[in-house]
Amino acid sequence: MQKLRENNALMGWLMVSPLASVLLVFLVAPIIMIVIVSFWRATEFSIIPAFVWENYEFLFGSPVTYTVFLNTFKYALITWIFTVLIGFTVAYYLAFHVRSLTWQIALFLLCTIPFWTSNIIRMISWIPFLGRNGIANSALISWGVIDEPVEWLLFSDFAVILAFVHLYTLFMVVPIFNTMMRIDKSLIEAARDAGANGVQILWNIIIPLTKPGIMIGTIFVVTLVMGDFITVRFMSGSQSANVGRLISNDIALLQYPSASATAIILLITVLMVIGILLRFVNIRKEL
Amino acid sequence: MEPRPRSFYVLTAFFVLFILFLYGPTITIGILSFQGEGGGLTFPMRGVSLYWFFDLFEQQAVGDIWGSFRRSLVLGLMVMVTTVVVSVMGGLAFRKKFPGSSILFYLIITSLVIPSILISLGVGLLFSQSGLDVHWSTSGFGSQLTWTLPFGLLIMFAVFNRFDKSYEEAARDLGATPWQTIRHVVLPIIAPSLIGVALFGFTLSYDEFARTLLTAGSYNTLPLEIYGMTTNVTSPVLYALGTLTTLFSLLIIGVFLALALLANRRRARAGSDAGKGV
Repeated sequence: MQKLRENNALMGWLMVSPLASVLLVFLVAPIIMIVIVSFWRATEFSIIPAFVWENYEFLFGSPVTYTVFLNTFKYALITWIFTVLIGFTVAYYLAFHVRSLTWQIALFLLCTIPFWTSNIIRMISWIPFLGRNGIANSALISWGVIDEPVEWLLFSDFAVILAFVHLYTLFMVVPIFNTMMRIDKSLIEAARDAGANGVQILWNIIIPLTKPGIMIGTIFVVTLVMGDFITVRFMSGSQSANVGRLISNDIALLQYPSASATAIILLITVLMVIGILLRFVNIRKEL
Repeated sequence: MEPRPRSFYVLTAFFVLFILFLYGPTITIGILSFQGEGGGLTFPMRGVSLYWFFDLFEQQAVGDIWGSFRRSLVLGLMVMVTTVVVSVMGGLAFRKKFPGSSILFYLIITSLVIPSILISLGVGLLFSQSGLDVHWSTSGFGSQLTWTLPFGLLIMFAVFNRFDKSYEEAARDLGATPWQTIRHVVLPIIAPSLIGVALFGFTLSYDEFARTLLTAGSYNTLPLEIYGMTTNVTSPVLYALGTLTTLFSLLIIGVFLALALLANRRRARAGSDAGKGV
C-alpha cells in the first residue's frame, strides 16, 4: 500500500512536471524578478542592483498613485455591474427560454465566437461608431437629439467602459450559462407547482443556484479590467489612466524599478480581491 | 408545448441587441475596408473598391505585416500543441491527489488572474538580466503559455469532472495496462474536448498582445504589428488588415468546430450499442 501511494505521487509529479516547469520559469521566476528589481535603482539609461525602498516611497508618496488606483477600481466596478447584468440576462435567455439543445449550442457559440478573435481589432472597430463624424453622432444629429457632434463618445471614460463591456461580457455569459445548464429543471417545476411566479422562481431558485457561475465570471472580469493597460490607453486617447498604464508608461521610459514596484502593489491588490472572491466559490467543483 | 410567455419576446429582443452589439462594430469595419481610394475612417463610403486590400499586399511601408503573420501562425501552432499535451497530462495527474497538488492548483489560478503586463515585464527582465535573447519563440512562447495553459487545464478539469470512471474500470477488468487504458479508452472519449483546448491554445496565442509586448524581441507578432499601426496609420488600410485577420480567425474557428462535430459523430457511431441488440 505504502509503495503504491509513493508510486502514485511519483506518477503525478511526472505528469505535471512540464506544467510545473512552465509555471516556475514563466510565472514564479518573473514575479521574483519583479520583486527584486522593485528594490533597484534606475538612471536614465540603466538599472542598478541595490536594496532601496525609494521606489515604494515614491509610489506611496505620490497623490497620483491613489487617484490612479481609485480610477482602476472605478473601471472594474462599473464594468462589473454592466457585464453581470447583461451576462446574466443573456445566459438566462439561453438556458431557460431557448428550448432545443441544438439552438442553445448554436446561439451560445454565436456569443462566444468574438472571444476567439483579436481584442485590438475589436477596439479599433469602435472608431467608425464613436468618432466625431461617426455613426452615433450622425444618427443623433439626424434624429434631432443634438445639434453639434458630441465629442466625448470616443476618447473618454465612456468609450473605455463601453469597450470593456464589449470585450469581457463573454466572460460572464459562459460561466453563468454553464451553471444554469446544471440546474435541475424539476426544481423549477416543483416551485411552479407550489405556486411560485416567474419572478419568485428567478429570485429564490435560479439566482442562488447560479452564484458560483457569477463568481467565476466576476473573477475573470475584475482581473482583466484591473490588469488592463491597452484598452484604457486606446479608448481614452491617453486621457485617462489606470494602474496598468502607470506601469507601461514607466516601462516606456525604461524606469523598470519603478514599474516593478507599481506592478507588485497591483499584483497584491488583485490577489487580495481574488482571495476574497474565492471564499464564495470552489472553482474546481464548479467546472 | 406550452405557449411562450411574454418575457420570452422581451428577452429575445434583448438577445438580438446583444448580438448586434457584439458583431456590429466588426461588421462595420468589414464594410468600411471596401472604402474607395479617397475615403476616410468613417462613413460615408466614397465608392467601393479593393484599394486598401491591395495596399496591404503591395506597400511594405507600414511594416512587416506578412512576416509578422507568419510568426504569429508558427507561434500559434507551437502554443497549441504544447497546450494540448501539457493540459492533458496535467488533467490526468490532477484526478488523483498528489503532494503539492493544491499549491500547483493555486499557481494555475494565479497564472490566470495575474495582470498580463506583469508577465511581460517579469519575463522581459528575467531574460535581459540573465543575458538571454528575448525572442518570440522562446520568451514570447513561454509567456503565452502562462495564459493558454490555465484555460486548457480548466477545460480538462471540467472534462474529467464529467468523466465516467466505469469505462476505465471495465478496461482494467479486461486486462488493459494503464497505458492501453489511456490510449484506447480515455483519449478517444475526451478527443472532442481536446479540439476545444486546441482552439483555445491557437486563438489565444494568435491574438495575444499584452504578454508578448516585452517578450517578443525585435521581430513582431501580428497583434503587436497591428498595435503599432494604430498609432501611426490613419487610413482604412487598418480596417482591411483587421477584416483579413478576423476572417482568418473565423476560418480557424470554423475548422475547429467542424472537427469537433465530426469527432462527436464518430464517437456516437463507435459508441455503445446498448439496447440495439434485439
